[in-house]
Amino acid sequence: MATTVLEPAHATTAKRSVLVEWLTTVDHKRVGILYGASAFIFFLMGGIEAEIIRLQLMKPDNHLVSPEFYNQLFTMHGTTMIFLAVMPISAMFFNFFVPLLIGARDVAFPRLNAMSLWVFILGGLFINFSFLLNSAPNGGWFGYAPLSSREYSPGVNMDFWMLGLQILGIASLAAGVNFFTTILNMRAKGMTLMRMPMFVWSVLVTQVLVLLAFPVITVALILLMADRIYGASFFELKAAGDPMLWQHLFWVFGHPEVYILILPAFGIVSEILPVFSRKPLFGYSAMVFSMAFIAFLGFGVWSHHMFATGMGPLADSFFSLATMLIAIPTGVKIFNWIGTIWGGSLQFKTPLYFALGFIAMFIMGGLSGVMHAVAPADLQQTDSYFVVAHFHYVLFGGSIFALAAGAYYWWPKMFGRVLNETLGKTHFWLMLIGFNLTFFPMHFSGLLGMPRRIYTYPAGLGLGWLNLLSTVGALILGFSFLVFIYNIITTWRSGEPAPADPWGGATLEWSIPSPPQEWNFAVEPEVHEKDALWAMKRAAGVRMLPEPPRVSGQGIHLPSPSWWPLFTAIGLLVFMVGILVRGPVSHAFPFGLISAAGFAIAAFSIFKWSYEPPDHHTSHIAH
Amino acid sequence: MSDTVAVVHDSHDIPHATGSKYVQIACILFVLTALEVLLYEVCFGHLSGSSFSASLAPHFVSVLLILSAMKFWFVAMFYMHLKFDIKILSWLFGFSLMIASVVILALFVLFTYNRTLWWWNGAWH
Amino acid sequence: MTAAALPHDSASAHEEHHTSLPVNNRKLAIWTFIGSECMFFASLITTFVIYRDSHATGPGPKDVLGVPLVTSGTAVLLFSSFFVVMALNGAQQGNRKKLLTWLSLTVLCGLFFAGMQVYEFTHFVRDGMGYTTNLFATSFFTLTGFHGTHVAIGTLWLATLLKDAWKGRIPPEKSLNLEIAALYWHFVDVVWIIIFPVVYLMSLGHK
Repeated sequence: MATTVLEPAHATTAKRSVLVEWLTTVDHKRVGILYGASAFIFFLMGGIEAEIIRLQLMKPDNHLVSPEFYNQLFTMHGTTMIFLAVMPISAMFFNFFVPLLIGARDVAFPRLNAMSLWVFILGGLFINFSFLLNSAPNGGWFGYAPLSSREYSPGVNMDFWMLGLQILGIASLAAGVNFFTTILNMRAKGMTLMRMPMFVWSVLVTQVLVLLAFPVITVALILLMADRIYGASFFELKAAGDPMLWQHLFWVFGHPEVYILILPAFGIVSEILPVFSRKPLFGYSAMVFSMAFIAFLGFGVWSHHMFATGMGPLADSFFSLATMLIAIPTGVKIFNWIGTIWGGSLQFKTPLYFALGFIAMFIMGGLSGVMHAVAPADLQQTDSYFVVAHFHYVLFGGSIFALAAGAYYWWPKMFGRVLNETLGKTHFWLMLIGFNLTFFPMHFSGLLGMPRRIYTYPAGLGLGWLNLLSTVGALILGFSFLVFIYNIITTWRSGEPAPADPWGGATLEWSIPSPPQEWNFAVEPEVHEKDALWAMKRAAGVRMLPEPPRVSGQGIHLPSPSWWPLFTAIGLLVFMVGILVRGPVSHAFPFGLISAAGFAIAAFSIFKWSYEPPDHHTSHIAH
Repeated sequence: MSDTVAVVHDSHDIPHATGSKYVQIACILFVLTALEVLLYEVCFGHLSGSSFSASLAPHFVSVLLILSAMKFWFVAMFYMHLKFDIKILSWLFGFSLMIASVVILALFVLFTYNRTLWWWNGAWH
Repeated sequence: MTAAALPHDSASAHEEHHTSLPVNNRKLAIWTFIGSECMFFASLITTFVIYRDSHATGPGPKDVLGVPLVTSGTAVLLFSSFFVVMALNGAQQGNRKKLLTWLSLTVLCGLFFAGMQVYEFTHFVRDGMGYTTNLFATSFFTLTGFHGTHVAIGTLWLATLLKDAWKGRIPPEKSLNLEIAALYWHFVDVVWIIIFPVVYLMSLGHK
């Protein structure tokens, strides 16, 4: 992507090539851009997978792809979109903007941050490498046992999935520790928790979910690995194993995971609506507490994904009620967003379009979500296209709309150019129409009985025209992203240079030049109330502060670039490759040696990292 | 080792427990562990068989859990100095422990309950 | 892996750097990591409890587990927690001899515990309980094995600090380096405080 828009860093002491600069970077802004660029590529791959799925389902009895490849497509589409697209695109915003929004020079642990990035990128490449071997994961994104056992998935397909997710989980956990610490401890003077921008709150709550949910999938994947690679039988019925354990562990992780995907979206929209309504966020503290409450409840509802497993009436009732409770804090948030725009002086710019689209689409997804909470109704809907419609309304209509809103909103700050408005609005309308045309008919095809993950369907069921509509919608949806890419390219070539504060922003990131200098804030800011920049403007009695000058950052402490995060990530990858090849390739060669080598690389890198001086001055003279 | 000077750490002047306090805690931990093993021996091990062990055995699990919780508490409060540190660290650990215990309990209940259902005993096992 | 990476990696390695809460970044981070680890061990313990009685083939808890050996391991781990606070005390007072004495004892305890586990595992295997013999065995080895891995990492970590202390690189103002490792070490200890009764005593005391 448009990574080269940024000027090469000017502050590092020795001359380094651009490639080395980026490979060793620990600057949270560059890490963020690398997260965004790689995640956007993965997003496009997941999108292409979705388009092939839609083309296959376009008409009854279609055979565009083989059934085996179809299984790989829907598994990789789900896995990619969740772990390689929505989470890391959110991570791009966490990285670039959390330090700016709280008035910090960097995250708490810059090198750990770089390690998260490289582990994520290598993990994503690892999973997708399976396509080249024609054996991409094929057991569904949730890898239900015993479908994911060696008996039913003999190839390396699910090994790639299982080990790849394990790698990605390590990236998420490291980032979780990092951002939790950063937000609690690196805030500017005077920025109390209840003065933090809502996006920062959403990141904080998201990290709590990551920290408490990801260890559970880590364990589940370890157990699966024991089964698949080392001959254990945790999920093998034959040996008294219990596939229900997989489902429980997976959803104890999986339900918080869906909030990990949506809460950052809530945060982005809560930043955009006030700025484009020229009004502070309505009900700030209610927004904070409802978000915390959603996250808390998120740990007590996992079994609503499992109503069809026959847990019995007691468990079903408990999880139904707990799930319905979530509608309350979510409703509070939606009313507060509407309260924010109510009576505001609305500035109809592209970010606002996407934010409003988010509210409308998310409400629809929420309504079908409440329907799923009713266990008897869910028994009819489960594993049908109705569920596909529901979660695309919350994940695409929710998360992706909000991430797109965030991209248009923060693009000027990241790259110093404002994205074209006309193209942006075209993107929005095409995306809105394409999205609804794709997913709204799925409510009906689902209730008519079309199952999920089905390769094809016979003619004469009345499903043909609904699926055709969905396919046409999907093509429009795909086209809308071509408009977005075209917008990026033209803006990059000849876009208007962005001022520091193109939207009349409320938060600290708009008080510094676009794009920010390496040290973010020449003088560390001090905050006295919420919406810090609006407060500064009010105090100065102006609508816009003068353009901040670009300064030389002599004497500012900055973390030094380092190779060790990248090498640690490579060691981890080698370790996992060793486990991967051990499974199918017999025991003729001691493949444990590969894992041992990977472990040694990682351990050595961490050791060197520990003894490396962590920071340097930007000054060229004294050190 | 039994110096009684309160020391400071970080640059934040939070008082620590002293060396002698640490020795006391070590003794308590040792005694509690001995009690755990003794409880096992009395209920089921070499010392079992008396009427006392028969009356104690039904409470074996709960007493054992209480003893371990006490050990856990002493280590967390004094050796990990939660008692002397800023409150947020206790909240952090306490909240994680709460979610972890609730998940363990819920899963345990769900599995016990499921295995008493007819299909578990009948068709599946 | 993340825990080991934390100790020296901070944008605010200079202690005068302003933090919002009166706690160092690295200390807050290790506590965050410990909170996260609670869920890791909770999941493993749940798995063990669910599969404890699944030993239709091969030995069960009563056939292999023994109390005396593991009690010695438990006691050693508890004492190592005591030793490491004394070492930290020494580091904070700038008492190099105290630091070195207690820290070496801690590392020895770690080695003893790891050795105990290796001995125990080989013993079980000789008794006919391999990793995949039955689900009791698999979940036992998985839970205690991952705890043992934590002990091994902690021992390695403390050993590098012992080397630093030997070279005089842990003056009082850098005692935080040891404090963080000690917090991790105590956590590994409290996990064993749960595992010892739940895995050993309760499995043996079970009807």
